[in-house]
Amino acid sequence: MLDYDVKYLKFKTYLSTYCPHCHNSFNVKQKDHDIIKFNAKFKGKDMDLHLSPYLDVFEVESTVPIEKDETLEDLICPNCKKSIVDVNQPCQECGSHTAQVIISAYSKLIPFYICLKYGCEWHGLSKADERHIKLKIPRQEMPEQDQKLRVQNFQEVPYGLTTELALLEAGRCLQCKNPKCVDGCPVNIDIPEFIRLITEEKFDEAAKKIRERNILPAVCGRVCPQEDQCEGVCVLGIRDNPVAIGNLERFVADYERKMDLIKVPSIKKIPNKRVAVVGSGPGGLTCAADLTLLGYSVTIFEALHQAGGVLVYGIPEFRLPKAIVEAEIEYLKAMGCKVELNHIIGNIYSVDELLENFDAIYIGVGAGLPMFMNIEGENLSNVFSANEYLTRINLMKAYRFPEYDTPKPIGNKVAVIGGGNVAMDCARTSLRCGASEVTIIYRRSRKELPAREEEVVHAEQEGIMFKLLTNPIKYIGNDANWVKGVECVSMTLGEPDESGRRRPIPLEGSNFIYDCDMVIVAIGNGPNPIIFNTAPDLERNKWGNIIVNPDTMETTKEFVYAGGDIVTGAATVIEAMGAGRIAANSIHKKLSGKTKKA
Amino acid sequence: MFEVVRKQEMAKGTIIRFEIAAPKIAQKILAGQFVILRVNETGERIPITVADVDKFGGTITIIFQVVGKSTALMRSLDVGSFIKDVVGPLGKPAHVQKVGTVIAIGGGTGIAILHHVVKAMKEAGNFVISIIGAREKEMLILQDEMNLISDELVIMTDDGSYGQRGFVTDPLKKYIQERNDIKLVYAIGPIIMMKNVCKITEKPRIETMVSLNPVMIDGTGMCGGCRVKVDGKTQFCCVDGPDFDGHKVDFDELEKRNSMYLKQEKDSLLFSIR
Repeated sequence: MLDYDVKYLKFKTYLSTYCPHCHNSFNVKQKDHDIIKFNAKFKGKDMDLHLSPYLDVFEVESTVPIEKDETLEDLICPNCKKSIVDVNQPCQECGSHTAQVIISAYSKLIPFYICLKYGCEWHGLSKADERHIKLKIPRQEMPEQDQKLRVQNFQEVPYGLTTELALLEAGRCLQCKNPKCVDGCPVNIDIPEFIRLITEEKFDEAAKKIRERNILPAVCGRVCPQEDQCEGVCVLGIRDNPVAIGNLERFVADYERKMDLIKVPSIKKIPNKRVAVVGSGPGGLTCAADLTLLGYSVTIFEALHQAGGVLVYGIPEFRLPKAIVEAEIEYLKAMGCKVELNHIIGNIYSVDELLENFDAIYIGVGAGLPMFMNIEGENLSNVFSANEYLTRINLMKAYRFPEYDTPKPIGNKVAVIGGGNVAMDCARTSLRCGASEVTIIYRRSRKELPAREEEVVHAEQEGIMFKLLTNPIKYIGNDANWVKGVECVSMTLGEPDESGRRRPIPLEGSNFIYDCDMVIVAIGNGPNPIIFNTAPDLERNKWGNIIVNPDTMETTKEFVYAGGDIVTGAATVIEAMGAGRIAANSIHKKLSGKTKKA
Repeated sequence: MFEVVRKQEMAKGTIIRFEIAAPKIAQKILAGQFVILRVNETGERIPITVADVDKFGGTITIIFQVVGKSTALMRSLDVGSFIKDVVGPLGKPAHVQKVGTVIAIGGGTGIAILHHVVKAMKEAGNFVISIIGAREKEMLILQDEMNLISDELVIMTDDGSYGQRGFVTDPLKKYIQERNDIKLVYAIGPIIMMKNVCKITEKPRIETMVSLNPVMIDGTGMCGGCRVKVDGKTQFCCVDGPDFDGHKVDFDELEKRNSMYLKQEKDSLLFSIR
C-alpha cells in the first residue's frame, strides 16, 4: 500500500493577463514588482493566491492543503480513466502517485485533467473524441475594457486573449485538410499550422509561421475584416461561430513582441539593387519588407513626420496602439530598410528623378484626398473631414491637448456622416474627446454598414446612436459661421446597384433637422494628386486611380509599380498588403530577370 | 533634424527671422511655396511660406510673427538648435512670368513672402512697384531688402511714424489712377488687407493674386482643413494654392474659418505659461 502523500497540491494555471482590480495590463517592466496577493475561491474554499506578474502569464503557485476527500474525483487520468491521486492507486500510465497535475486550459471543458509524467504530454483522445470535444468549445470572447470606463480613455478596448483563452480557442480549429481560411486570406497565411502551433504552446514558432507571409501580424490581428476573409469561410462558421483567427493572430503577435522574440533575419544583400517605396502605409511596408528580405536596398519615402501611413494618422489609438506600429517599423529598419520621413514625392523628387537613383519604384500612397458631398454649408466651422479629425487626434495627439500643441476640436453633439470603419473610428473618438451625444448618419440600413461588425458592436455598446436610412442634404450655420445643425432626409432602399447593395432613394418631404455642433464627414477618400504633378505619364482611370496590371501591379510606366488604395480606391489594410506583396514579387522578377535596365 | 543657422530678431523681438539648413528643400523650393515645421515631439505642424532661399548654402529663410505658443516656442530656439521636422516644398509656386508692370503689396509679415515673390518677378523681367505697410515704424520689416529688388518702393504705416501715413490700399488707388499699364497685383498680408486690395482692383479688372494662409495640418491635401471657397468651389489651399485669384476668394468665410481655434490657441498659450 502506498501512502497518500499528496498533501499539497501544486498547480499552475494561467489566469487573466490583466489585473483583476484595475483591469490594466501588466507589462514587461513590472516583472520585478512585488508578488501580488489576492483571494480566490477554489472548490468553494477561500484561499490565497500569490501572483507573480511574469510578462503576460501569471504563474499561480498555491500550496493549499488538499484534504483527502477533496478534488480527488476530478483528477482522473484521461488514459486510464482512473483517479491518479487516489490513495491506493498510482496512475497507471505514469506510475506516479505524486503526479504533478497541471490544470490546463482544456480543463474547463474537457472532463479530464491532463496527467503528466514530469513533462510527458497530453495523452490521448481518439480523433473522433477530439473532434467531438472541439465542437463543444464555444468561441472565446476577448476580454474587453469596461464600456463605461473606456469611453473616457484612449486605451485599447480589447485586452487580447489570455493564454488560457488562446489555447481554448486554438483548440477549436479542426485542422481541415483543405483549409479554406488560407485562400480567404489576402496574403495566404498558413492559418491551420500557426493555430496548431498555438495548441502546442509553441507561440514563438506560431509567430514565425505568420511572419513568413505577413510582416504586420499585430496590426492585422486588430484591423483586418476577418469576418469577410479567413473567418468568413471557416467551416465551423457554417453551424456555429468560426475560429477567432484574428484574435489568435493578435495573441501570437503580442506574445512575440512582449517576450522580445522578434529576431531580425540575416539578409544577403544583392549589390547595387535599389528600390524606392513611396508611402509607408501597410502596402508600402509589406513591399519594402519583402524586397529587403530578398536582399534589395530599399528606401521608403514618407510625406508625414511619422511612418505608418493610415496606421498612424487614421486608425485610433484605442483600436491600434501606435507603439505596435512603431515596433513593426523598427523591425523593418533593423532589417536594413531606410525610412525617409518628410519627403513628399512629386514635390521633393519627381518620379523620374527617383528612377535615376533607383532601379524600381513602388507607389503606395493610399487614398489621401477626403471626399465631401458638395452640399451647402460644408465649409462651416467645426465641419471636418474624417481625415482631418483623425489626423489631429491620432497623428498630432490632440486628445492630449494642451500637453500636445495641436488644438483638439470641441464638439458636444456630434454628427458623423458615413457608415464605414472610419466613421466608427470618428464617432468613438469624439466620444472619448468629451462629446455627450454622437450620432452616425448613414443612408442605407444597418445590414449594409460597410464597417467591420466588431466596430459597429463596439460603437453601439459605447452609446453611439445610429440614424440609419438618413442622408444629410445641408449643413446649417449660426451667425459666427459655426455649424448648428444638419438638415437630413429619410431614405428607403430600392433595387440593388452595381455594388450589389440596395440603392438608397430619398423620401420626399421627410426632411428634418438634426441639431449638432460638430460634423465629421467620413464618406471616403479619393486619390491624392501630388505624385502625378511630376509624372503625367502614369496612366490613371476616370476616378484618378493608377492603372496597373493586376497580376504584376506594374503601371504603364516601366519599372514603376503601384498598389493599395491608390489603385483600388479606399479598401482595407490587408488588401494593400496583398498588393504590396504581389508588387514585390514582380519587382524581384523584373530586376533579377533578363529585362535589366540598360 | 534641421539646424537653425541664423536668427534675427525684428520688430522689437515680435518678428523673428530664421535661416534653416534644409539643402534638399532649398534645391527645389520656388517663390510662393511653403514648408511645414514641427519644432519638437509635442509640437504642432506650422505652415510657413518661405521668404528667401539660398540654393548654394542649402538654407531657407522663414520670417514669422510671435503670436501664440508655437511661435513663442520657435522664438526660443537659438542658432545651432534644431527643428525636428521641416517638410516641403508644399503648394504650387507663385505663377511668375513676364507681364510688364506688377504691383506687389505686403502687409505685416506678409512682406516676408512678398520678398521671395518680388525677387522672382524681378528676375522674370517685370517692372515691380512694391507697397509695403505695417502698423508702426518698428513693426516694418525687410524694407532694405525690398528696396533692393523693387523698381519703386512705397512704405506705409498706420500711424504715420514712418513713410506715409495710411493703408497700403491708398497708394494702390493712386497708382491705378495714374498708370494704365498695371498688369498684375500680388497681395500678401492680413485677410482684411487682401480683401480690400481685391475690392479696389476688381473694377478696373486688374488680375490680382493673393497668398492665403488658412489652418492646415498635413499640407499635402490629406486633411482638407485648409478648404477655401474660390469661385464658389471648395479648394484645398495646400495643394491648389496657396496663391489664388483674389477676385474669386471668399475672404469672409476664410476669416471665420481661421478663427475656429481661438479658444484652443488661448488655452494652449495659458498652459505653456503656467
